[in-house]
Amino acid sequence: MSATTPSGDFRTSYREDMTIFPTRNSRIALWAGLALLLASPLLLGRYELGLLINIGIMGIAALGLNILVGFTGQISIGHAAFFGFGAFASAWLHEGWHIPVAFCIPLAGLMTALVGLVFGAPAARLKGLYLAIATLAAQFILEDFFARAQWFTGGVAGRITEPFALGGWVADREETYLYVVVAYVVVMFLGAANLMRTRDGRALVAVRDHYLSAEVMGINLAYYRTLSFGIASFYAGIGGALYAHYLLFVSVEAFNILFSIQFLGMVIIGGLGSIMGSLMGAAFMVLLPEVVQAGADLLAGGAIDRALKLGASISFLREMAVGAAIILFLLFEPDGLAHRWRLIKAYWKLYPYSH
Amino acid sequence: MDWTLLLQLTLNGLIVGALYGVVAMSFVLIYKASQVVNFAQGEFLLVGAWVCWWMLTEWQLPFWMGFLFTLAFMTIFGMVLQVMVLRPLIGEPVISVIMATIGLGIFFQALMKWIFGVFAKPFPPIFTTEQVSLLGLQVQTVYLMSLGISILIMAGFAWFFTVSKHGLAMRATAFDQQVAQSLGISVPKVFAMSWAISAVVSAVAGVVVGVVNGVSSALSFYGIKVFPAVIVGGLDSVVGAVLGGLIVGLLENWAQYLDAGWLNWGNMYTVAPFYALILILLVKPYGLFGTRNIERV
Repeated sequence: MSATTPSGDFRTSYREDMTIFPTRNSRIALWAGLALLLASPLLLGRYELGLLINIGIMGIAALGLNILVGFTGQISIGHAAFFGFGAFASAWLHEGWHIPVAFCIPLAGLMTALVGLVFGAPAARLKGLYLAIATLAAQFILEDFFARAQWFTGGVAGRITEPFALGGWVADREETYLYVVVAYVVVMFLGAANLMRTRDGRALVAVRDHYLSAEVMGINLAYYRTLSFGIASFYAGIGGALYAHYLLFVSVEAFNILFSIQFLGMVIIGGLGSIMGSLMGAAFMVLLPEVVQAGADLLAGGAIDRALKLGASISFLREMAVGAAIILFLLFEPDGLAHRWRLIKAYWKLYPYSH
Repeated sequence: MDWTLLLQLTLNGLIVGALYGVVAMSFVLIYKASQVVNFAQGEFLLVGAWVCWWMLTEWQLPFWMGFLFTLAFMTIFGMVLQVMVLRPLIGEPVISVIMATIGLGIFFQALMKWIFGVFAKPFPPIFTTEQVSLLGLQVQTVYLMSLGISILIMAGFAWFFTVSKHGLAMRATAFDQQVAQSLGISVPKVFAMSWAISAVVSAVAGVVVGVVNGVSSALSFYGIKVFPAVIVGGLDSVVGAVLGGLIVGLLENWAQYLDAGWLNWGNMYTVAPFYALILILLVKPYGLFGTRNIERV
């Protein structure tokens, strides 16, 4: 961080040091970006809007995972299971208890947070490898639960969900649902940015950086590890609920381990311990299959296409691209897109004198 | 009580468990030597089995020749992976190393699906007699072969680590890298060797499973079943890995027996080991035979 701060950029008060958007330009860019996003239903087609919605939903869930992995240093390979739990919880709350969808989404987040705390309880004693393996077990146990609990998930048939509605306004198309997702993205990301400025947020970072020192400083390790798990699950639950009311159908098979790995990929590619990075990583992961598809379409009909069966095996190519992207980022850009973005900003801020 | 079924399932459990034990052993080998948790262990089985299948069907090689070629290929495969992907990550945080092996896992799984398709393909028959009678139970010859090969590999590991020079060098590296280095052991070579051996041993297990059940992407699930086994046994104990594998193999078959007879929950065969895993982590976070880390500030 400090390496990319240009000289002459001094902070003279704690308030300045703590601010989320440090410069005037960043605030202008934020408002302009939001305005552009709100106007986008007028500018983009439904397919592109769908991609934006997906980026927002995945970004929220990835942010939760980043709080757990990037800020607290705990590994979870079961994030998709919690995401799925949120999706089913929201559908179940609406159908079983007739709660309006607008309230189902936050309630589903809370329910998922509770489940996360249950699985987080063993996590309080574990770290590193053992935790990774415990969350792997959570993934399989929850997946099995989805297939088994017909009353909750609709069993193998899946569950049909109702569109988001508030008052008389129904968000059943991409053009309207985008506003719901944008609202949640803004709230959740500001929430995370603020969390990281509080004592609890700094405690999480301390647990990551050196947990023994943190404990000596009076930070309750078990409490913060479990809390971090709960927060991550809350974000996953909100993301899952938004996903359920976007697709209007939740299937039991969707939340497999590959999906969990994709979430981890988003966090790695975006940048561990970076809030905006979570969104960048989500955008990368959502757009990567599109790029693969575009590449295959470009070669379609040619000799390469026939020799390699590109068209028929596009789903395998996408999986391979995910794996390759994760490995290449780890090898060549381990700090993720967020770090690259900071470098680009610093370059232009200092241009043409690079010091 | 259906005693024949229980006995049959117990035997199945021992046979499958021995295979789990072999895979768990090669997993522990990598972990002990280079401190890497390999989430791509199942893909070693998958790649090895597919390569052997390809040699036998496309090239019409006799079994022993195709098998030897497979082993040679896997030696190089393991070394190349270690040198190209894992070596640059030495000193990086645990999460990066884990993610790299996960990335390798999904990459090779998808690659194999792309090249060989998604459907299970049977090996050409290797034995002429299909079944033999043992203690009144009908046992398939391939199962006996599988058990024999597992025991052979375990004996090989025992010899390697107690007698051979390279095995001792590997144990020394696992014990203390700096001391090993100062005694003239090349640590990078030991790392590469551990990956090569692990890949070869996993591939043998993969070929065995392939001969029994046919080759398909289901093979990579062995890499996931390894985790309950190594957690039961402790991540850094070779003996524990074998025992853990046997316990998991028996556990899933007995869970299936209970399930079929009384519970009727379904799917217990797959999930029971993971419940056991969570319970063990709650009670003994370092497994039954693992070393407990004592940390000092």
